[in-house]
Amino acid sequence: MLDDLRDLYQEVIFDHNRNPRNFRVMDDADRQIDGFNPLCGDRLTLFIKVNDGKIIDASFQGQGCAISTASASLMTDIIKGQSEEEAQELFELFHKMATGEPVEMDDLGKLAVLAGVCEYPARVKCATLPWHTLDALLKGSEEPVTTE
Amino acid sequence: MNETNSNSMSYDVEKIRSDFPVLNQQVHGKPLVYLDNAATSQKPQAVIDSLVNYYTNDNANIHRGVHTLSERATLSYENARKTVQVFLNASSEKEIVFTRGATEAINLVANGVAEYISAGDEILITAMEHHSNIVPWQMLCEKTGAVLKVAPIDQHGELRLEEFEALISKKTKFAALSHMSNALGTINPIKSLINLLHLNGVPVLIDGAQAIPHIPVDVQALGCEFYVFSGHKLYAPTGIGALYGQLEQLEKMVPYQGGGDMISMVTFDKTVYSKVPYKFEAGTPNIAGTIGLGAAIDYINQVGIEAIAAHENSLLAHAVEQSKSIKKLRIIGTAKNKGAILSFVLDGIHPHDIGTMMDHQGIAVRAGHHCAMPVMDFFGVPATARASFAMYNTHEEVDALMAGIENLIEMFG
Repeated sequence: MLDDLRDLYQEVIFDHNRNPRNFRVMDDADRQIDGFNPLCGDRLTLFIKVNDGKIIDASFQGQGCAISTASASLMTDIIKGQSEEEAQELFELFHKMATGEPVEMDDLGKLAVLAGVCEYPARVKCATLPWHTLDALLKGSEEPVTTE
Repeated sequence: MNETNSNSMSYDVEKIRSDFPVLNQQVHGKPLVYLDNAATSQKPQAVIDSLVNYYTNDNANIHRGVHTLSERATLSYENARKTVQVFLNASSEKEIVFTRGATEAINLVANGVAEYISAGDEILITAMEHHSNIVPWQMLCEKTGAVLKVAPIDQHGELRLEEFEALISKKTKFAALSHMSNALGTINPIKSLINLLHLNGVPVLIDGAQAIPHIPVDVQALGCEFYVFSGHKLYAPTGIGALYGQLEQLEKMVPYQGGGDMISMVTFDKTVYSKVPYKFEAGTPNIAGTIGLGAAIDYINQVGIEAIAAHENSLLAHAVEQSKSIKKLRIIGTAKNKGAILSFVLDGIHPHDIGTMMDHQGIAVRAGHHCAMPVMDFFGVPATARASFAMYNTHEEVDALMAGIENLIEMFG
């Protein structure tokens, strides 16, 4: 019945939703910021630790749907070890993918499992909320991020 | 399905469905099951025809032309006012003000009563209000220094009556209460709440946006000073609604907006406002929408609001019964007296995922906070999924809803 939804809900997404990686409060974070989707009430707090321009740890807390939870889980995994510039570039790339602009999927690695979201306009913000939050954090903002 | 039989003799749901052209379509290859009626209802052909007819034959501005089309348009517009008056059993058509919807009607009243609210006064609302019956009062409080008091609800989503009563004092200058909660379905005992407030001399606005398509309303029997509703939840077009206000209340309120059609004389020194209700209807109104609202009420009257309510209650009872076999499902809002709204959460599955997965089965439900964030906070959930029933829904659609929920639980694993 729901097989045609598999392009959006791949098994990897269910896995990250059930067992989100890096799902914890980071007491000694260098920076943290809240992200909020006022339309649906999804909210998360993103934490990073930075050393010498490099993200050495990333984690998140909050509540959201399977898409936003999996997106935050994958994101915090992938940015660990990246420089701030690299993470910023990945944000741009992810944003393009989620909004349906042509991108080189190989550059996105594991994040490509979220490519299906561009076919679901009502759900694009679920996938991009963690990334918009990261973008604001990297730009030094302290104000909560909203997707509206 | 036994409970259907008592109604099915007199209530021809298939005939009603055939009056709503939008229902006859497939979504994602499945027959559309439209269960988002608390957000907005579908429109019967009679309403669509009334708009087409107006624009095809009668379109003109009202209250000012001497030509034939203007007279026809004015007559249709004012006939709709009479239709609303009779529907609410208001004592005069002057007590019916057309607005864009319930939200504008509440803002209009909040703006009007601001004249007699001072710092330290209190405005009383309940914890189950829609944002549209919270924010205008917060804005009023900000402007006047008044204090917003919120009567709490219990775990069933029912108003805590003793605490409601305890919040009424000499400081209470106005109350604004939901007739029926959009997020929970709770129907408040508004007659006794109004009586309680009147014993203390407190005027009351009833937000009927959610109640109006489900419950017969008699504003004279209720005795409330104001009653507001939106047309679009009542099978009428969007962008039209009405405010009922007791004549003396409307007369003492200042206009909400200034402009054409709300004046009897304008010079640069002074303007004399029109009489009620026109002083609240500045500018060219939504003429077509108003005519559509009249047509929607005529349609409801043909079916019968009580027959509609009985049918919807039977759908709700069926849904509640069926939902008991789904272990992961928890109903949010279990008031004894509730309208045809099933707000629910599924253990471990976010309402947004429910919404997308239901849509893929052709089933339209709402997922989110339903413009009632304080209600979500109270129940400790970020959002709920909500199925809401209307006159054209069937028991088979309730079964499809339940099967759809089972399917998505299976997919989530």
